Amino acid sequence: MTSFLEVVDLVKHFPGVKANDGVNLTLHKGEVHSILGENGAGKSTLMKLIYGLYQPDSGEIRLEGKPVKFHSPRDAIRAGIGMVHQHFMLIPALTVADNIVLGDEPGGITYKRAEAEKKVRELSEKYRLEVDPSAKVEQLSVGLQQRVEILKALYRKAKVLILDEPTAVLTPQETEELFSVVRHLKSQGIPVLFISHKLDEVRAIADRVTVMRAGKTVETLPIGDATPQQLANLMVGREVVLRVEKTKANPGEVILDVQQLRVNDTARREKVRNVSFQIRAGEIFGIAGIDGNGQTELVDAIAGLLPIVGGRLRFLGRDITRLSTAERTKAGIAYVPQDRQLDGLVLDFTLTENAILRDFKRKPFSKGGILFHKPAKTYAERLINLFDVRPRDVNRHAGDLSGGNQQKVILAREVSREPHLLIAVQPTRGLDVGAIEGIHKQLLRLRDEGKAILLVSLELDEILSLSDRIGVIHSGEMVGIVPGESATREQLGLLMTGVTNGEATEVTTR
Amino acid sequence: MNILTNAQLWASTLAMAVPLALPAIGGTFSERTGVVNIAMEGIMLMGAFFGVAFSYWTGSAWVGLLCGLIMGGLLSAVFAWAAIRLAADQVVLGMAINIFAAGLTAFLLDTIFGFGGTPPQTPQLPTLSIPVLSSIPFIGAFFTNQSVLVYVMLVIVVLSHWFLFHTRIGLRMRSVGENPLAADTAGLNVWRLRYAGVIIGGVLSALGGVYLSLGILNSFDVNMTNGRGYIALAAMIFGKWTPLGSFAASLLFGFATALGIALQNHGISANLLGMLPYLLTILALAGLVGRSKAPAADGIPYNPQR
Amino acid sequence: MKHIMRALATPVIASLLAIIIGGIIAAAIGYNPLQVYGALISGAFGNAANIGYTLAIATPLILIGLGIAISFRAGLFNIGAEGQYWVSVMAATWVGYHFTGLPGWLHVILCLVVAMLVGGLWAGIIPGLAKAYRGAHEVITTMMMSYTGILLCKYMIEDGPMRKPGYIPESYPIPQNTWLPTLIPQSQLTIGIVIAIVAVVVVWFVLFHTTLGFQLRVVGSNPRAARYAGIRVPLYTVLALGISGVLSGLAGGVQLLAIDHRLAEGFNTGYGFTGIVVALLARNNPFGVIVAAVFFAALSTGGQNMQQVTNIPASLTDVLTGLIIFFVAAERIVPQVIQWYKRWTSRASTSISEEGPKPA
Repeated sequence: MTSFLEVVDLVKHFPGVKANDGVNLTLHKGEVHSILGENGAGKSTLMKLIYGLYQPDSGEIRLEGKPVKFHSPRDAIRAGIGMVHQHFMLIPALTVADNIVLGDEPGGITYKRAEAEKKVRELSEKYRLEVDPSAKVEQLSVGLQQRVEILKALYRKAKVLILDEPTAVLTPQETEELFSVVRHLKSQGIPVLFISHKLDEVRAIADRVTVMRAGKTVETLPIGDATPQQLANLMVGREVVLRVEKTKANPGEVILDVQQLRVNDTARREKVRNVSFQIRAGEIFGIAGIDGNGQTELVDAIAGLLPIVGGRLRFLGRDITRLSTAERTKAGIAYVPQDRQLDGLVLDFTLTENAILRDFKRKPFSKGGILFHKPAKTYAERLINLFDVRPRDVNRHAGDLSGGNQQKVILAREVSREPHLLIAVQPTRGLDVGAIEGIHKQLLRLRDEGKAILLVSLELDEILSLSDRIGVIHSGEMVGIVPGESATREQLGLLMTGVTNGEATEVTTR
Repeated sequence: MNILTNAQLWASTLAMAVPLALPAIGGTFSERTGVVNIAMEGIMLMGAFFGVAFSYWTGSAWVGLLCGLIMGGLLSAVFAWAAIRLAADQVVLGMAINIFAAGLTAFLLDTIFGFGGTPPQTPQLPTLSIPVLSSIPFIGAFFTNQSVLVYVMLVIVVLSHWFLFHTRIGLRMRSVGENPLAADTAGLNVWRLRYAGVIIGGVLSALGGVYLSLGILNSFDVNMTNGRGYIALAAMIFGKWTPLGSFAASLLFGFATALGIALQNHGISANLLGMLPYLLTILALAGLVGRSKAPAADGIPYNPQR
Repeated sequence: MKHIMRALATPVIASLLAIIIGGIIAAAIGYNPLQVYGALISGAFGNAANIGYTLAIATPLILIGLGIAISFRAGLFNIGAEGQYWVSVMAATWVGYHFTGLPGWLHVILCLVVAMLVGGLWAGIIPGLAKAYRGAHEVITTMMMSYTGILLCKYMIEDGPMRKPGYIPESYPIPQNTWLPTLIPQSQLTIGIVIAIVAVVVVWFVLFHTTLGFQLRVVGSNPRAARYAGIRVPLYTVLALGISGVLSGLAGGVQLLAIDHRLAEGFNTGYGFTGIVVALLARNNPFGVIVAAVFFAALSTGGQNMQQVTNIPASLTDVLTGLIIFFVAAERIVPQVIQWYKRWTSRASTSISEEGPKPA
C-alpha cells in the first residue's frame, strides 16, 4: 500500500490552548482510517488544518508524497480533498443541485441549472446516493443532507473523503446506510478518513485506527489488533473506570410526576408524545436516547421553557403544568441547561451577576425592585469557594472562564438554590476527564442528600454509571424504563433504536 | 375618479419609481450577499452631487454620470471595507455614511459653488421618446419624453434579476448571504463576493442619485434625496429582497407619491399618502402582508480564520 | 481604572482622528485649521451666552441619547427617535394649547407626561410588539414608524386640524405660562438641562441598581439566558423600546416648552439622529451621554460661529460627525492599521518574501 495523505508533526496553537501539538498520520490508498479521540482531543482542529480552514503553526501536510500548503479550502478542494463537516455546510434556501455544484457550476456566465441537476443525478446513481436534485435542502432529513454533503465532495472529484463525526446526528438505520456508502466508496478506490469518538463504530468500519489525545496522535494500529479496552485506554490515557463508585439508592417520596406529556418544538412539530414517568427523592433518573429524539423538548417543557401541549406535570404533589419558568424555579426546580454558554450564563456579566441570574428577584438580592450588590457578592464568593471555581474573582466576566469552570459556576448556582429537583442536561459535555469526575461526584452527593435528579445525556456510559433508573426515549416516546444496575449497553441500544418487543428482554415497557 | 385614467399620472409614477427602484435593487445586491445596507441615502447624495459637479466642469452630462457612479462606488467601497474586513456594525456604519455624505456634499456645495447653488448652465442628461411605443395610446406616455435613465432603469431591473438568479456569480452571491461558512468551504471567496455585492449596490444607488440631479434637473441641492434612500430600503424589504419585487414596490410607492401630487388640490393630503411605503413595510416585516424574510446571514460579519 | 481607560480609548481616538481629518480638509481648501477650530471652540464656549446655547442644544441630545443607550443595553437599536420626538411634540403642543385653564405648573407636567407617554407608545407598541411577537427587526420598524410620525406631524400643520390660519405651516402656540424658566437670562438655557441631568441619574440607577435594569441588560446580553432565568423576554423587549421612546418624548416635550413653543416645519433639527451618535460615542454609559451630548452640541453651535468668522461652511461639522461614528463603528481600524504598518516594515527589512512554495 502506498501512502496517499501524510501529516507530519503538525502544530496549531490557539490563545491558551495547544489544539494540535505534534500530530502524525498516514492515510493509505483504499483504506478506511479512523481517528478516534474524546471530545476536545483535537480531531476537529486537525481536519480543519487538512482542509485549509486553519493554517498550521508548524509541521507539514503531504499529498501523494508532495508537501502542500492550503491557504483556504479552495486549495484543498483543488488538491482533491473532500470533507463532510460535523455541522453541515449547506445552504437551506437553495436546492440540492445548487448546493452540490456551488463553486464549480456548469455554464459560462449563465448558470445552467438543468445541466447541474443532470450531473447530480448521474453522480448519485454512480455512487448509490439517491437524492432529488431539485428539492430544497431545508426540506430534507438529516440523513439526506449528509448525502448531499458527500455528493458535494464527489462532484469536486475528491480523491479522499474526510467524514467528521458523521454518525452523531444519524439514526441507527441511517448509520448503517452510511457505512455501506463508505464501503462502496472504498471499493471505488476513494480512501476515507473517519473521525469519531464512538468505539463500536470505529471497529465496525475502519481498517486502521489512529488515537488522538490532548492534541497529540498517540498510536496508529490495525483494527484487528486492538481490543476495545486497549483503545479506550489510549483515548483517555489511563485505565477507564467504567462504573463510578456509588452506593445503593434510597428513593423516597415522588418529587416529579410526569403524565402523558405532549410537547411541540418552536416550529410546532410534535417532539414529545405521551411521555410518563416519575422521579423520587434520592434517585437519579437518566434519560438515554439518540440526539434529537425529544430529550431537549422534554426537559425544556419541565423547566417551563416550552409550553405543554397535553398531559400533566406534578411537582411535590402540586400541578405545575401552567406555571411560568420563574414560578417553577421558585418552587424548587433547578436546571443545568445543555449549552452553558448559550443558555446558562451571560458571558459579559460578572460572576456575581451570573450567580444571582435566577434569583435576583428574591431577598436578600433585591427588595421592591431595588438590587443590592453586597449580598450578591458575598453569595457569589461563597459559591466559587464551595465549588473551587478558578479564578477566584467574582468580578471576572463569565466569558473569561474555561468551560469546566463555567460549568462549575452553573452547577454551583443551581445546587445552592436548595432545589428538590435538579435537571442536568449533558452536564459534562466538552469537559476534560478530571472535571467530568468532579461533576459526577457532585451529582451523586446530591442524590445521597435526598434530591431528585433528572439526567439527560447522549453518552451511554454516563447514563449507565450514574442512573438508578433509566428511561429510554425514541421519536418522542418513552419506549422503556429499566433499572440502572441491570441495564446493559446492548439493551439500551436496542431500545434507543425503537425496538420495544421481545427482542429486548427484561425490559419493562409502557 | 377620472384621475386614474390620466396617462400623465402613470408616466409620473414610473418617473417617481426610478430613484426608489435603483437604490432598492442596489440594496438588494448588498443584502443578498449578507451586508445590511442602510447607506443608500448617503450614497445617492454622493452620486447626485458629483454627477452635477463633473457635468458642470467637463460640460458633459455623461461624464458627470460616470463620475457620480465612481464616487458612489468609492464611498460604498469604504463602507464595504469597514463592514467586511473590520466587521464593524453595519447599521451604525450605514448611519455614519449617511451623515458623512450629507455633510460632505453640503460642505462641498458651499465651498465649491458658493452659497448660490450649482450653476444653471450645467448640462443635463437627455430625455428620450421611444419611436413606436410612444405612439401607443395611453401606454405611450410611459415612453414619451422620459429621462434616458428611466429606460436604463428598466434594463437594470431585468438584468439584475437575470444576474442574481440565472448566472453563476449570482448563485454564488446569494449563497454567501445565506451561509458564508458553507460558501467558504465550497471554495468561494466570501469577502470578494460581498465586496462585489456592496459596490454594485453602491453604484446603483449612486445612479438613483444622478437621476435626481442630472436626470430630472441639472442642479444639486442640500439633502435633495429627501429620504428616498430610506423609502428604497422599504421597497427592498417589501419586495422581498428581489430586483423584480423591489421594482414592483417602487412602482407602488411611486404611484402613492404621484397620486399625492395629483390629488393635492382635491383635499387629500400627500403627507398621509406618503406614509404608505412605511406602513406597508412594517406590515410585511410583521408577516401580515406576505412574509418578508431577510437572507439568513444578512448583517453578520464573516471571519474566515477563527 | 484600566477598564475605564480602555472604554474611553475608542471614542477619544475616533473623535481625535475625525478632528485631524477635518483639519486636513480645511487646510486643503485654504483655511488655517487652528483658526477654524478656534472659531468653533469660541462659538461653543466663548462666553456665557454661547455656553448657554450649547447646553440648550445638549439638553434634547442628552435625553434622546439616554433613551437610545437604554435600547442598546437591551440589545435593541432604536433608530427612530426622530419620529418619536416629533409625535411627542405634536401631542404636547395639542395639550398645550387646549387645556389653557390649568395652573402653569400642572400644565407643564401634563405636557411633559403626555409627551413621554406618546413617545413611549410610538416606540413601544408597534415596533416593540412586532419585534417581541413577530421577530420584525426593530431597526427597520422604528425607522419606518419614525418617517410615518414625521409625515403625521406635517399633515397636522400643513393640512390638518392643528394648523394655525396663515401662510406659514405651523400650529397654534402654547401659552406663555407653560414655558420653562430660563437659567441664564437672554439665553435659551432653561431648567430643561436640570430635567435632563436628573434623567441621567435615574437611568443610571435603574440600569445598574434595579431588577428592571438587570433584566433589560440580561435580555440585551443573552436573550436565551434571559428566558432560562425566567425573564419574560417579549415584555422587556417592549419595555426597552418603550422606555427609549419615553425619553425621546421627554426630549420633545422639554424642547417644546423650553424653546420652540409650537409645532412648526423647522422643528426638525435631526436631534433624533444625533442622539444615536451620542449614545454610540458614550458607549451607552448614562454619564458618558452627557459628555457626548455636550460635544455634539458644541460642534453644532461652534459650527455656526465658525461659518460666520472664517467663512468655512458649518456643514464641515456634519462631516466630522459622520467620521466620528465611522471610526467608532470601525474600531478595529486602529489594530488593522498597526498590522499593516508592521507587515510593511517587516517586508521592508527582509526584502525577500519568506512565504513557502505555492500549492500545486
